[in-house]
Amino acid sequence: MNWQWFHRLGSPRWFYEKTSRWSPWVGTLALITMAVGVMWGLGFAPEDSKQGNSYRIIFIHVPAAFLALAGYYVMAIAGAVGLIWRMKLSFMVMKCAAPIGAVLTFISLVTGAVWGKPTWGTWWVWDARITSMLILFFLYLGVIALQGAYQSRDLSNKSSAILSLVGMINIPIIYKSVDWWFTLHQPATLKFTGPSSIDPSMAYPLLIMIFGFYCLYAWLLMMWTRLEILEQEQKTNWVKELLLTGSIKNSA
Amino acid sequence: MKFQFESITDLLFMSGHGPYVWGAYLVTFCAVGLLIYIPYKLKRQIIAQVKRQQKLEKPAH
Repeated sequence: MNWQWFHRLGSPRWFYEKTSRWSPWVGTLALITMAVGVMWGLGFAPEDSKQGNSYRIIFIHVPAAFLALAGYYVMAIAGAVGLIWRMKLSFMVMKCAAPIGAVLTFISLVTGAVWGKPTWGTWWVWDARITSMLILFFLYLGVIALQGAYQSRDLSNKSSAILSLVGMINIPIIYKSVDWWFTLHQPATLKFTGPSSIDPSMAYPLLIMIFGFYCLYAWLLMMWTRLEILEQEQKTNWVKELLLTGSIKNSA
Repeated sequence: MKFQFESITDLLFMSGHGPYVWGAYLVTFCAVGLLIYIPYKLKRQIIAQVKRQQKLEKPAH
């Protein structure tokens, strides 16, 4: 089997050159789909019969929470690949996934609290879903803190990867929390297995927003990783040439 | 599919839920905006740093 693609994948320069072409497209797609989703969700989706207009927060709350969880997998898997194959690029992806994931978790917690006030009558409750999401937020912060805790980059990367992997135990708990401890947080509205409990008039804008958030995540991760590459490789000739002249002449 | 509100004021007020809904969207907009802005700002800093370094390595004669 030809493993050349796998080795190329580990090359920061290869990644940088490839994503130069992809990044603007993914970014444009993310912004357009999110603009459509927000307008649809805020203005055209019908009002909820029980929750009134407050439910419109779902169009950002659910996609942000989806990506907060998916982003954790990205971070942990990147960490594992870095540990196993000692791939520099993989550790860079892990490092960049942490602040993006932390912000998405923050968004889902804040929008959840704001949604909770008119719906449940309280900003915060120590419900299983909310508490496990708060733990997810702290796990992300832990990885960010570990990245800055050591002088040696190697040590920072290894310890962050181990924390990410250990923290993965939290992800299935978050998913199942609404079923295991059924308290205030409502169970999943969109289901992969079985019929969803949401009307299509509300489901379409929600699915558009989820797709938009996936694109946004991919775009952000590319941008942050590209920046990390420039930062870590700034002593190399190709980065110097790129930053000083705006392009690389002899591409490898 | 039709627009659900009678007027812009109605859209902003959302029968009392406006501040919650718009507040949540505003927080999200700012947080995502920050995630987009930070790499742009840092890239400019790195370019300036590399240029400074280049000048130090090759002093003008």
